[in-house]
Amino acid sequence: MPDKPRVILDSKQLELTINRLCYQLIENHDDFANSAIVGLQPRGVYVSKRIHEELAKMTGNKNIRHGALDATFFRDDFRTRETPRIPDVTELNFNVENLKVILVDDVLFTGRSVRASMDALLAFGRPQLVELLVLIDRRYTRHLPIMPNYTGKMVNTSLSERVSVEWKETEGKDCVKLHTVKK
Amino acid sequence: MEKKLSVDHLLGIKYLTKGDIELILSTADYFKKVLQQPIRKVPSLQDTTIANVFFENSTRTRLSFELAEKRLSADVVNFSASSSSVSKGETLIDTVNNILAMKVDMVVMRHPNPGASMFLAKHVKSKIINAGDGAHEHPTQALLDAYSITRKFDVPHLKGKKVVIVGDILHSRVAISNIYCLHRLGAEVMVCGPTTLIPKHISALNVKVEHNLRKALEWCDVANMLRIQLERQDIKYFPSLREYTMMYGVNKQLLDSLGKEITIMHPGPINRGVEITSDVADSGQSIILQQVENGVAIRMAVLYLLSGKSTIGG
Repeated sequence: MPDKPRVILDSKQLELTINRLCYQLIENHDDFANSAIVGLQPRGVYVSKRIHEELAKMTGNKNIRHGALDATFFRDDFRTRETPRIPDVTELNFNVENLKVILVDDVLFTGRSVRASMDALLAFGRPQLVELLVLIDRRYTRHLPIMPNYTGKMVNTSLSERVSVEWKETEGKDCVKLHTVKK
Repeated sequence: MEKKLSVDHLLGIKYLTKGDIELILSTADYFKKVLQQPIRKVPSLQDTTIANVFFENSTRTRLSFELAEKRLSADVVNFSASSSSVSKGETLIDTVNNILAMKVDMVVMRHPNPGASMFLAKHVKSKIINAGDGAHEHPTQALLDAYSITRKFDVPHLKGKKVVIVGDILHSRVAISNIYCLHRLGAEVMVCGPTTLIPKHISALNVKVEHNLRKALEWCDVANMLRIQLERQDIKYFPSLREYTMMYGVNKQLLDSLGKEITIMHPGPINRGVEITSDVADSGQSIILQQVENGVAIRMAVLYLLSGKSTIGG
């Protein structure tokens, strides 16, 4: 039986967090002339869209490169599944060669999707630099040596817990919840 | 999102649901994008071994399957009957079981006998993909034809579209698979050709029959021109190739006189100057080369959707 979920970021806190992440990005990427923001399908795209919109407001630059990347074909769990995963759309309307690419995801858990995404990205060329931005970093759950460059919030979780990021566009409200599933 | 085909093998379009066909076509869209990337390869099937077992000659289907397999990073072994023990009298089951004993996960097979792939699927523990069995079915060709039409018109299904299949329907596995596939997606289908090359009971498949090419072309949105399979004709079905071309060959003059623009398809190989003239095959109305390009994406989608954790035997 699942417990009542605990809100770990409400809509105001989420907005502040996104703003802070944007300022951190501006510190490192200046006017984004040589950078691109790439959301990881399916849920990272919501974060990247929000960040892209905020950056446009903050910097006045409406031409910051933005794309979506799907790593389904690059996952390492393909042969262990009963049913194949159906991919989402990849939209990279720019050449990643020599760009500074910021991969964006909502929750960093085992690190396996980020690993697959890096492979998927390299199929499009050789970026100068790849960084990782995550809204929620779940500690103590990593299977691979992957660390984010920008973190919205670090959360201590166990394997029986689940983090969900909800958005106005899809769930009607911006918030991040922690669900505990009792054994 | 996870979705699955309702079948373990691809033996024919007859056994697929509308949902299966739509799943294959939509998955092919993603693979078409992969084929346009700078690195046109994904590691999805990197621990899968696929045997291409061809008991009959084939150039493009075999090449297309092999490319699809390699683009998915599968290991590929090729087998052709002419250079094998089949000529020494080995049976089909023995041949394939010997290949499978070398730990092959999937078999892509073309065979001159109708039902050969169904027979194999019943008797060996492997996933079977039919790459053409006699005059029975050629499912991947029908899927890539349907895919090419939907993407040409930019529509999700073929409701209201009229497709005519012209030529040697009697010996054609492409025609049968196309009829099933087009019907599942909602298209109306007509066959056109000389009486001798149209099976007697074809109307039982709910297709219109027309013997006048002009009338058929005036009716349709898409014309799929089939090759005259001289190698399968043990008796004369028409007086001469020249007469066939006069009655059933499509040329630019005929197309221009229709008063509307129809799309021309051909599964290949083309007999230029027989079923279609060169100016038609190379015109803007023809999507023959797109069909070939789409073939790789469709075959990647089929292989991808049929692989995954095996539910069959070991």
